[in-house]
Amino acid sequence: MQSANRFGARLERRLPQLVVSPLFAVSLFFVYGFILWTAYISFTKSGVMPNYTFDGLAQYQRLWATPRWYVAIRNLFIFTALFIAISLAIGILLAVLLDQRVRIEGVIRTIYLYPMALSFIVTGTVWKWILNPGLGVERLVHQMGFESFSFDWLVNPDYAIYTVVMAAVWQSSGYAMALFLAGLRSVDDEVLKAAAIDGAGPWRTYTGIVLPMLRPVFLSTVIILAHLAIKSFDLVIALTGGGPGYATDMPATFMYAFAFQRSELGVAAASATMMLMTVIAIIVPYLYSELRKTAE
Amino acid sequence: MRQRRISGIVHRRGPRHVLMRGLLFAILLLFCAYYLVPLVVMISTSLKSLAEIREGSLLSLPQGLDFSAWATAWGSACVGVRCDGLEPYVWNSVLMTVPAVAISTFLGALNGYALTKWRFRGADWIFALVLFGAFIPFQVVLLPMARTLGFLGLAGTVPGLILVHTVYGLAFTTLFFRNFFIGVSNGIVQAAMVDGAGFFGIFFRVVLPMSIPAIVVTVIWQFTQIWNDFLFGVAFTIGDSNPVTVALNNVVNTSTGVKQYNVDMAAAIIAGLPTLAVYVIAGAYFVRGLSAGAIKG
Repeated sequence: MQSANRFGARLERRLPQLVVSPLFAVSLFFVYGFILWTAYISFTKSGVMPNYTFDGLAQYQRLWATPRWYVAIRNLFIFTALFIAISLAIGILLAVLLDQRVRIEGVIRTIYLYPMALSFIVTGTVWKWILNPGLGVERLVHQMGFESFSFDWLVNPDYAIYTVVMAAVWQSSGYAMALFLAGLRSVDDEVLKAAAIDGAGPWRTYTGIVLPMLRPVFLSTVIILAHLAIKSFDLVIALTGGGPGYATDMPATFMYAFAFQRSELGVAAASATMMLMTVIAIIVPYLYSELRKTAE
Repeated sequence: MRQRRISGIVHRRGPRHVLMRGLLFAILLLFCAYYLVPLVVMISTSLKSLAEIREGSLLSLPQGLDFSAWATAWGSACVGVRCDGLEPYVWNSVLMTVPAVAISTFLGALNGYALTKWRFRGADWIFALVLFGAFIPFQVVLLPMARTLGFLGLAGTVPGLILVHTVYGLAFTTLFFRNFFIGVSNGIVQAAMVDGAGFFGIFFRVVLPMSIPAIVVTVIWQFTQIWNDFLFGVAFTIGDSNPVTVALNNVVNTSTGVKQYNVDMAAAIIAGLPTLAVYVIAGAYFVRGLSAGAIKG
């Protein structure tokens, strides 16, 4: 009787650990175990089937000798740079304007942010139709009287990647606006009062005082957008399918094509590992500083 | 005079004030149009006939309310070789989303509670380890997951997708609830302990009832993520078990026959309507999820 009670008490004391342990195990297996497996496969001879014979950096050599991979990397840089720059610009502009005591702010904010609720596949489908050469924007401009206007970016290998930027900015710039608006709301009224007493005009107040105070918001918004950009897969598939040819391939679509369509597991695993390394380089220092902040 | 200027760009009276105020609203409304036009185009195209689409323009409004494209998209559009419309795939998405959201939210609440209110040694380390899983590019787990699902006999099935979404949703749900519980006073838990309540007693009778806002935020976030997912759906399901996002992409890219843009748009609306409805009804909670997803720590 006594010992059963003691056992019960010990169980009770250990219960929190016991409850968390499945989460811990799931994370170890499905996140860390899987990452290790993929990383290991990238160092093996794996082709159509996994092959566990160690093969050094051969798959990475093959990856970096693939022209399609260079297209994917180049697109990632173009897309990420433009996507972040334009989303930030729109986000800051709209947040500052909305912060001017606009009475119908709630309604406007809802309109700016609703694309975030949509699937990238839905966004891609709509923009594919809007940008349709022949029936879309091109036709619209023709009907306005500009007969020689031509807009074929969606099917033009040199410009198709910019259509992906257009659709992505449409979907995500409202998100940047929301993050900055939250940041602006956290700026103390006293700061604005002090700036006004010093005679600073609105432009100086924002560019010289308020926006520099929002540096942490800048940092987290850039990181969130960069993270979205590296993972972008759905939108490319829905809008261009990676085409024409593989002109709009990104690392995420490259990996999918090599893993599930061309069955080159080794190269696919190598490209996935490269993606992970990129994300780690961005996210881990950020997470570390954020977690330290909450610990304080 | 100066007092008036404190919290805005333009607070002076007079013509200059009116002009600036007008400019402000003009820009704000211009951007409203920018975000709304694609939605309007989507709806109006879905209500047109193919002849109207070919003769009219992107922005021309439909002549009447013709819902036949919607009927086709729902019941008879071709998804690959099967021509039953989106309906079966919408049900796949429902069957996948409801259990995955429920399980991952419940487990996230339980774990967040254990990690914050029963701080044992190593709790922060476990949380950091789990949190990392929220940020990995999922490409890095696709291959081993496909093999694991095959091993479990779940390859190409809806239960397989429920497992995948639950597992990779846990990092987010745990994060949301941890952040919520950190703001909850420990005194409430300690008082319940003095009254003799145990770990689960406190969880179900004290903690859970007061976490309704966190539950709503988490459910909405998970629902949106899982319903909108495409990567896992396209990688782990085939044909009949596709979720609606994959089916929509197949409808749009079916190359046989005449391209039916009106059906494409109706299909896109059907696939987007559930998350859009949740956003319109519970927008404030959706925004809170977005900022919590922004790792506010």
